[in-house]
Amino acid sequence: MREPLFHVVKRELIDWWKAWLIRLAAVLLALVLSAIVTVIMTGLNPFQVFATIFDGALGTARRTWAFLQGTAILLCISLAVTPAFKMKFWNIGAEGQVLAGAMATATCMIFLGSKVPTLILFIIMVVSAVLAGAVWGLIPAIFKAKWGTNETLFTLMMNYVIMQIISYFVYQWSVPKGSGQIGIINSESHAGWMPALFGQNYLLNILIVVLITAAVYVYLRYSKQGYEISVVGESENTARYIGINVKKVIVRTMVISGALCGLAGFLLVSGTDHTVTRDTAGGQGFTAIMVSWLAKFDPLMMVIAAALIIFLQKGAGEISTQFSLNKSFADILTGIIIFFIIGSEFFINYRLIFRSRHKESKEVAA
Amino acid sequence: MAVPAIELRNITKVFLGKVVANKNVNLTVNYGEILSILGENGSGKTTLMNMIAGIYYPDEGQIFINGEEALIVSPKDAFKYRIGMIHQHFKLVDVFTATENIILGLKDEERYDTKKAAVQVKAIADQYGFELDPDKKIYEMSVSEKQTVEIIKVLYRGADILILDEPTAVLTPQETEKLFAVLRRMREDGKAIIIITHKLHEVLELSDRVSVLRKGEYIGTVETKDATEASLTEMMVGKKVELNIERPDPKDPEERLIVAHLSVKNREGLTVLKDVSFTAMSGEILGIAGIAGSGQRELLETIAGLQPIEYGGVQYITPESGKIEYLRDKTPMEIRELGVRLSFVPEDRLGMGLVGNMDITDNMMLRSYRRGRTMFLERKAPQSLAERIIEQLQVTPSGTSTPVRRLSGGNVQKVLVGREIAAAPTVLMAAYPVRGLDINSSYMIYDLLNAQKKNGVAVIFVGEDLDVLTALCDRIMVIGQGSITGIVDGRTASKEEIGLLMTKGGHVS
Repeated sequence: MREPLFHVVKRELIDWWKAWLIRLAAVLLALVLSAIVTVIMTGLNPFQVFATIFDGALGTARRTWAFLQGTAILLCISLAVTPAFKMKFWNIGAEGQVLAGAMATATCMIFLGSKVPTLILFIIMVVSAVLAGAVWGLIPAIFKAKWGTNETLFTLMMNYVIMQIISYFVYQWSVPKGSGQIGIINSESHAGWMPALFGQNYLLNILIVVLITAAVYVYLRYSKQGYEISVVGESENTARYIGINVKKVIVRTMVISGALCGLAGFLLVSGTDHTVTRDTAGGQGFTAIMVSWLAKFDPLMMVIAAALIIFLQKGAGEISTQFSLNKSFADILTGIIIFFIIGSEFFINYRLIFRSRHKESKEVAA
Repeated sequence: MAVPAIELRNITKVFLGKVVANKNVNLTVNYGEILSILGENGSGKTTLMNMIAGIYYPDEGQIFINGEEALIVSPKDAFKYRIGMIHQHFKLVDVFTATENIILGLKDEERYDTKKAAVQVKAIADQYGFELDPDKKIYEMSVSEKQTVEIIKVLYRGADILILDEPTAVLTPQETEKLFAVLRRMREDGKAIIIITHKLHEVLELSDRVSVLRKGEYIGTVETKDATEASLTEMMVGKKVELNIERPDPKDPEERLIVAHLSVKNREGLTVLKDVSFTAMSGEILGIAGIAGSGQRELLETIAGLQPIEYGGVQYITPESGKIEYLRDKTPMEIRELGVRLSFVPEDRLGMGLVGNMDITDNMMLRSYRRGRTMFLERKAPQSLAERIIEQLQVTPSGTSTPVRRLSGGNVQKVLVGREIAAAPTVLMAAYPVRGLDINSSYMIYDLLNAQKKNGVAVIFVGEDLDVLTALCDRIMVIGQGSITGIVDGRTASKEEIGLLMTKGGHVS
């Protein structure tokens, strides 16, 4: 009988250091392949290109702050999607939930900007952003719990709904009228802009995300609700058996997921963009899903994963301007590196057993 | 005598180097004959047939088809020898029509001509008296229609040797009658038919000869006309094996759980329990015997509040106070809030009783995590409970942070039973608690159940091994197709008596 060249076997538990060795090897291999691709396609010195990537992400103080801010936002959204994913609720509507929060924040800034005291304005902004995100998460959750609708399609559709809503209002409120964009909100008064801390515009924003990270970590690991999420995600039958109200957990968790996304929307508008467009979330609602999975739903690992993605994005942007390369080339390099990192998980979970020539000849003889 | 269609010689199959599924099995099937393969659950019937159908490959022995030795390593090879197997679980594409399913994967090189095929399908159906609409989609079909598609599929491919794995398990009595009529017509047409079953009356009604397997071993073949239900039962269950299981006498038994006229339908709307009534007494082990899938699982899940009740009810009598609680239409949570201390070791250990990816401590917490007034978990008590169970029940490996799915079957069960007993129950229900366990672990579980019994717990034990049931239980309730077919005294009942009761009940006419 013919036997394939190798077969795949699931690993038993792997030592943590071996897992990290595999990941490190994957990054190195990715860099080697990136270097080869760079030479073949552009003729540039690959080391120079790598240096530019690094420079683009962390080269100056300003760039470093922008890197940290970008990491914070992506991390915040990744943390937001995690409870739902841990429950095996495939929420791909983070993009929309972030936009809902962003829209709510921008609305508050436009209409209440200089009419209420700063502290009250911020309270209203945060509350409305969180509520908007929560409602955007709640709707698909209720449909899932009550009628078993497919949450993946539903949350995806919700993204388009909020985009259209934003498009409509951006046109209605555009400055100057009819220009189709809102522009920087309160550019004179800075009302509703997140205040600078120690002279750093992004610092407060980053600290808030640090707090959220700690809170999500504790919530998932040490709270009763976090425990219920794990049980429902692992086995609904077990959850029913011990008397967990599965529907209630689904709805509650999605509200939390949506609320955190809404908060990320607030951070984006109040802390970074000071405006809203239908692209405010910029696809980060989807990138966050990858970050969350890459970190295996561990909030601390998510810090590393989010930082890596943002580092590559910022660095890739720099090489396209620096070497006047097409933007697609930067995407190729980013793609290679992420592909290798995700691919390495396969070798952490499985191992390959190659057919040994010796055994084969014995079998033929038999 | 003519050359047999199939002849098996000394077939042996061992799984994972230790579980013997078949040992030295010999049997023959002739054309124009229906052979029944009879045996209890886990006796190796399906494994044996899968080797003929090319799904498994025997470790030892030979298969002869039409008198010549055959090498069957894949279902494709089986086709080559004109062998077709109808599996217990249908393998059909839901959104395709009957015809499309039948011709699926047949000739890759030609274009499918569904119209022509539909005519042929209809012709086969008419020849043997099937009722089938070739253009009906699978998802619109009843279970019996789907089975018809499976049978025609193998006939369309020219099978002369048909193997049916428990075909009547999913059919109503009327559908069973129709199927039997069709099978008889096939026999007249000269086909060789093997039917796997454990329903004695069907064996006697349909087949020409019966081959019996017990625990993987071939017991023998008899002519159906010479067999009776009693003689077949004895072949099937074997002589009584003496087990050294302790059985203390019940002390001051009192009524603890009363189930009255319970009827339950499953999600598909089929009646799975019909008018079930019994009483579980404190300080007693009540055994439940029956062929797998006769409603045991549903019965326990219904009592635990996991299945809606169609008719009837469950009463719990509180010890000492004697207060009666009605458990119908209550969730597991509500039942616990009533103060009913009901523990349940479900059949599906990792899919229901435990969470495989969580460690032992976190699994201990499943029952108790709500304790404490804060929103945070309290891991100290579950941790010490985990340590206690690991020590007392000798769970290996002994770390409390081992994910449960890494434990062996026996250790998983110790963790689950240990947790359920730690809740100090007054009623303990255990479904197949020793399935897949080695002797030592099994005895440990029996001891645990006996200890609970001595503490005055009403123990309900669903088992499959009649030797164990008759050695451990005070009373044995037999369930057949969702009805109670008898309750016998565990100390005096014979295995034959229970075996006969198991095959009765429900729809038997």
